[in-house]
Amino acid sequence: MKTPIINLQLAQQLGLTEEEYNKILSLLQRTPTYTELGIYSVMWSEHCSYKNSIALLKTLPRSGGKLLVSGGEENAGLVDIGDGLAVAFKIESHNHPSAVEPYQGAATGVGGIMRDIFTMGARPVAALNSLRFGSLTDARTKHLFKYVVKGIGDYGNSFGVPTVAGEIYFDECYQGNPLVNAMAVGIVEHKNTASAIARGKNNLVMIVGSSTGRDGIHGATFASEEISEKSEAKRPSVQVGDPFTEKLLLEATLEVIKAGYIVGIQDMGAAGITCSTMEMSAKGKSGMLIDLDKVPLREENMTAYEIMLSESQERMLLVAKPEHEQKIKSIFDKWDLHCVTIGKVTDDGIVKIMYQGRVEAEVPAETLVLGGGAPVYIRETKEPEYLQHTRPFDFSQLPQPKNFNTVLEKLLASPNIANKHWAYEQYDSMVQTNTITQAGKSDSAIIKIKGTKKYLTVKTDCNSRYVYLNPHKGAEIAVAESARNVVCSGGKPLAITNCLNFGNPYKPEIYWQFKEAIAGIANACNILETPVTGGNVSFYNESPNAAVYPTPTIGMLGLIEDAKHITTPAFKNAGDEIILLGKNTGDLSGSEYAKVIHNIVAGSPTIDIEFEKKLQTCCLEMIYNGLIQSMHDISEGGISVGLAECCIFGNLGCTVNFAETSLRKDFLLFGEEQSRILISVKPENLNTIKNLCEENLIPYEHIGKVTTTKELIIGKEIQKGIEQLQDIYMNTITNIMKQAL
Amino acid sequence: MSKIKFGIVVFPGSNCDADAYNAIINDMQQEAVYLWHKETSLQNSDVIILPGGFSYGDYLRTGAIAKFSSIMNEVIRFAKSGGTVLGICNGFQILLETGLLPGAMLRNTSLQFSCKFVHLKVENTNTRFSSTCSHNEILKIPIAHGEGNYYTDTATLQELEEHQQILFRYCDSHGEVNEESNPNGSLLNIAGIINKEGNILGMMPHPERTTNEELGSTDGKKIFLSLIET
Repeated sequence: MKTPIINLQLAQQLGLTEEEYNKILSLLQRTPTYTELGIYSVMWSEHCSYKNSIALLKTLPRSGGKLLVSGGEENAGLVDIGDGLAVAFKIESHNHPSAVEPYQGAATGVGGIMRDIFTMGARPVAALNSLRFGSLTDARTKHLFKYVVKGIGDYGNSFGVPTVAGEIYFDECYQGNPLVNAMAVGIVEHKNTASAIARGKNNLVMIVGSSTGRDGIHGATFASEEISEKSEAKRPSVQVGDPFTEKLLLEATLEVIKAGYIVGIQDMGAAGITCSTMEMSAKGKSGMLIDLDKVPLREENMTAYEIMLSESQERMLLVAKPEHEQKIKSIFDKWDLHCVTIGKVTDDGIVKIMYQGRVEAEVPAETLVLGGGAPVYIRETKEPEYLQHTRPFDFSQLPQPKNFNTVLEKLLASPNIANKHWAYEQYDSMVQTNTITQAGKSDSAIIKIKGTKKYLTVKTDCNSRYVYLNPHKGAEIAVAESARNVVCSGGKPLAITNCLNFGNPYKPEIYWQFKEAIAGIANACNILETPVTGGNVSFYNESPNAAVYPTPTIGMLGLIEDAKHITTPAFKNAGDEIILLGKNTGDLSGSEYAKVIHNIVAGSPTIDIEFEKKLQTCCLEMIYNGLIQSMHDISEGGISVGLAECCIFGNLGCTVNFAETSLRKDFLLFGEEQSRILISVKPENLNTIKNLCEENLIPYEHIGKVTTTKELIIGKEIQKGIEQLQDIYMNTITNIMKQAL
Repeated sequence: MSKIKFGIVVFPGSNCDADAYNAIINDMQQEAVYLWHKETSLQNSDVIILPGGFSYGDYLRTGAIAKFSSIMNEVIRFAKSGGTVLGICNGFQILLETGLLPGAMLRNTSLQFSCKFVHLKVENTNTRFSSTCSHNEILKIPIAHGEGNYYTDTATLQELEEHQQILFRYCDSHGEVNEESNPNGSLLNIAGIINKEGNILGMMPHPERTTNEELGSTDGKKIFLSLIET
């Protein structure tokens, strides 16, 4: 392959700006080689450098609480859970690859996030995913949904980690640009954690795992631009996953880390060898001398440029003392994996890349990385026009429904509310035998921690319609709801990871949404005492039509201290009393009711985070005192859908009547105002609950009873058989997907 | 009573090996050892478990490569001399590939991987795998597979029935064996079969996932208990 002429035009083709190209010239004091230009272009891509987001990300609370490393410092966050154990967890996007190649895009998204976890020495114990597609009536959406789910399943099932929770939303705004966010959670003993660092002159640099091919070249750059008609041509930028090799890599990696043979280790995700050599060197303030001739290749005649930029999956870079080389090799040999020494650590801050006797690149590592020489931009912001129309919308102009039963049926059949077991059953949710409850059966998934009395509870959340209508409050709601879901399972919220999916940051309206959402997350996390351990930013989520709704997905980690605290939404016994905690205000802003029944997306959702904190604390106290039979967060579809779900899961009925209120009946039954929780309690505990609420200034209303008659009765408005509701709720998505292809 | 020693084979890609180990040690209070696929000793195990997972990535065909492992020569020898072998999920697929059990697996009729609790009817209690079950007892045990659609020719099927080799059939919670209770399309709702001699069981559902109350059922214990008490 002939080396092209290095100039600004080429730099721009690789995604760099003129300003950035000039910066490279001045940093190097010479024209870069082709390989060097490739290295700068991927390292300074949005995906690797966070150049348009890092300044704002630094305003998030990123330390404190139970955090063992500050947010963003390692491959994943690390949270202390006692008993000498820590939890590593992180969420990451794989949106663009999944848009053009849903199966491999989603599969490698799972593979990538798993490596982030076990590269820290942690054994992955749970996978979650947050998925967003266009309207489910669309044939292309069905295709994407089907193959994204299959990709997640085939990778996670073979890898042997249970996929336990997540969320799936459908909205026209994701039509051209679906979102696939994968989250993983792992457990590690404090003494066995590993770090992504290169240090110690003359220590060895080793590449382990799969061989390197031409797949995924410039994947990071592809992830840093908008999706267009040309995106189909980028299909070769999508990597191909091999969960079998990853499973072997997991076992071998944990074995070498546990044996203490490792100085540092980093997985190879975006920008492959480039990113791992540069980041590990920069972190250790060291350098590396790398001989690419030693890298095991799967294709012939690869250039240095291609080897450096390949995103072939299931590879790791590790640094070790020379005396451990043979021991490490024998462990990887046992697992039939490549393990080759490709260079050594130096102390001059330079990463020097040799290939076929030539110096292909010689660059100061620090100039390439986030926090070092990578550019940092704060972009212009402007409040979007649309808010002028959506914010003041008067919902009282909407006609009242004639038949509330029909409305409830339609809401339960809305793909955003209907049960997603069609997808969840394609995931092995039980392997590792720790899964107590999982997605589609409870507000958050519960995972037993073997060898202790504790359980983890995890959930992802984000109603992006709320964020679209009010980015600051919508982001606060995403954090609050994920915490509320964890509380409803009996867990104390500990920390979050976030995946910030937005449009093109060079558009001031998009950047305004981003800035507002960050401020919302920061405020909610401060008050709820759940620091941000890290995560991922995905910009350029736009198709030719428009940007997606701003979607800051929150992954929440909670801890349940005792089996007695495990709580689920299902009604348990007829005769139990049903209580609503929180206050009804009849807010239809961004509600599923307004969208599904009236085709309106308007209003301005709101939340009082200080009150939310009080509510959650009070709920945990009720659980700790053994007062709760069931607990369920009220979310999409409002209180009527919330009650229906408690009945459907519990296979019991209920009769509910609300106190006189001036609220319109549809506002009351389908409003989605925040900070409301449905509980059921034994009659003898009713007074204790009331007292607790009064002491803690939590509004409560005793609204009814659980019944054996299998009917949901709410006032004069709703009366439906549970079996019929179950049929709608459980089978709608399965029926839609049966017709798919 | 002295403890029974279970040998759990670990292929590259096995991922239910640790679950089986944990069930045997912690819930069944018996002995267990891992048997690495490159080894040739069964370490005097009383029962061999071929665990679930994706041995060798299930590339080529489920279970097809595993049968060439060094350890499998010993497992086959052990089984042919009457030793007890339990193949779970991928283990069942491997037993079919080695010919220790007759038949083959097709993809689930849904063409989808399926993980959920199902019900099984115990059709023969006169075996070392089911002696603690009652006749026609209904067990609640989960499945997790993409290829559990058991198939064989009519003559073999007849033979399986004649010799009471069909140990478990998928049924509903009331014990009805019908198309609706069949999660993968297997012939005659077959969930598990034994060989004629009765020392080898292959089953798609995962008993090691139901040895602890917290996980939603303890019915898997009955299978291990049968092996321990026999």
